[in-house]
Amino acid sequence: MTGAGKYWRVALGAIVIAGLIVVPANFNRYGLFILSQWAVMTIAAMGLNLTLGYAGQVSLAQGAFVGIGAYAAAIMTSQGMPLIAALGVAVVLCFSVGWILGYPALRVQHHYLAFVTLAFSTLAFLVFRNEDWLTKGIYGISNIPRPNIFGFATNRPLPFYYVCLGSLGIVSVMVWWLIRSPWGRAFLALRENPIRALSLGIDTRRYTLMAFAIGSALGGVAGALYAPLTQYVDPVPFNLSLSLDLLMMVIVGGAGFFFGPFLGAMIAVLLPEWLRFTEGYYLMLYAIAVILLLIYSPTGILGILDRSLAERRTKIASARRAVAASKLETAP
Amino acid sequence: MSNLLDLLLAGLATGAIYAIVAVGFTLLWQTSQTINFAQGEFVMLPAFLVLAAMHAGAPFWFAILIGILLSLLLLGLGFKTLLVNPMLRHGVLPLAIATMALAIGIKEAVKQFFSAEASPFPSIVPAGDISFFGHPVSLQSIGVLALAILAVVGLTAFLNRTSVGHQMQAAAQNPTVARIIGVPVERMILLTFLINAFLVALASLLITPIYLAKFSSGEVLGQAAFIAAIVGGFNQVRGAIAGGLLIGVVDNLAAAYVSTQYRAAVPLILLIVIILFRPQGILGRAEERTI
Repeated sequence: MTGAGKYWRVALGAIVIAGLIVVPANFNRYGLFILSQWAVMTIAAMGLNLTLGYAGQVSLAQGAFVGIGAYAAAIMTSQGMPLIAALGVAVVLCFSVGWILGYPALRVQHHYLAFVTLAFSTLAFLVFRNEDWLTKGIYGISNIPRPNIFGFATNRPLPFYYVCLGSLGIVSVMVWWLIRSPWGRAFLALRENPIRALSLGIDTRRYTLMAFAIGSALGGVAGALYAPLTQYVDPVPFNLSLSLDLLMMVIVGGAGFFFGPFLGAMIAVLLPEWLRFTEGYYLMLYAIAVILLLIYSPTGILGILDRSLAERRTKIASARRAVAASKLETAP
Repeated sequence: MSNLLDLLLAGLATGAIYAIVAVGFTLLWQTSQTINFAQGEFVMLPAFLVLAAMHAGAPFWFAILIGILLSLLLLGLGFKTLLVNPMLRHGVLPLAIATMALAIGIKEAVKQFFSAEASPFPSIVPAGDISFFGHPVSLQSIGVLALAILAVVGLTAFLNRTSVGHQMQAAAQNPTVARIIGVPVERMILLTFLINAFLVALASLLITPIYLAKFSSGEVLGQAAFIAAIVGGFNQVRGAIAGGLLIGVVDNLAAAYVSTQYRAAVPLILLIVIILFRPQGILGRAEERTI
């Protein structure tokens, strides 16, 4: 990476962040809701990206973890407890359940793992729907309060959007740090060649479970924000299709790329709004677009970008090589 | 006791339908590493094709014919050439995810172009009860079971007794060697997709009269078929059959004896237990671990 390229990136990042803070200030209620939803779904998709994109473990249960987080927040905050406590419970709960769900991953891989997590997803949905004493069943929990942060009430849409955006920022920094730490390297090794990783002395058992647990915990964080965002939680949003949607967000954005989930969640959450004029055809168009994208680039949108950047770099490098070679030839 | 017999019979009838769907699912996996997450939607769609043909004025038997032909064309040939062929080189997971997108697409298309409401569907087996040793038995269950058994027996006979069937098995088990000994592997793979399309169309005709035609009914069916395929054995046709029958019976018994709220959970728990303790399935062969 050249120095100038790095400055451009930092500048671009600063502009995007400033834009996310300033531009929505005069958005209406609904626009803010959609943007907050994007931030929340990005957090959930980042968790899945850790599990799937970096550690290479297929999970169809991320939606269930968002559900667990949402119910934890809904139940606790409507009892009068602060959201931060609910967030802690959601993280610990999802981390532990994710850890346990990781055990099948030690025995089976790929499609089998997909089916175990799929089964878990459906089981979690059944619990949300049937355990009336805890979750109020199909009637759901309504009037979920929004938190006070340092004495500021976040009841209005704009302050709560900043809560979501701030959480996204904190989670992003943590994930950025994680994937650059030895753990992140170990996750990559697990994805690329688990047997080699094992032979290099990486405790693949522990890292597989870790990948599941941390990814699930981020699902829990997203859920704990989702509940106060919608202020109403019922089982329907957390059925299997949320897990499939999150998986598609990660793949469409680009699994294994840091910014993949941001892009994927943007497409999944914002595109319906832009495609509103197509009415009922939106999801059909979305499905066709996803299939075409996967045919063209199975590594998602960032995969296309990555490939073209790599090609340009090789072109520049080979041009330089040609120049250098001709200089060598003409040299006396 | 007679109640138990009824439950068993109804369970076997739905289980036989699951088995048909699961067999198609495993065939696709064996010949072209396709995990078809849209298999449930594949079962949902043919019923709507038949209904659309009937709305256009075709008599029932002719509509069925059109439905089966269109399924062969769309869910067999179209699915293979438009989605599986271009995706196959990218590996198992991207292909599986593309089928998830396809599932959404099919569901939405039916909702948009046909109806979001459940539509009744005429039964190809006459309704009513017959007396069996003085005990009334649902004619529909018997008919469904008989047709499903016929389909499964016909398919296994085709796979095990005919030359084309042997070639298909060879193409599935070792495509490289099959190609060397002159099996037209590509044509055999296409044939599997067509067989799958026929099986889902048949399952659609059998199950839709029981559960009504609805755009979202594929989710439950697809899951039942996955579970049946994995519980029985992912790499064996007879495993898928056994798995289907088992899931059908377990599902019906669970509804009666466990709780209606958690009936769907029993097959899922069975699935998790099987995957943890016998991942190759009840009748499956263990797959070698490749390094």
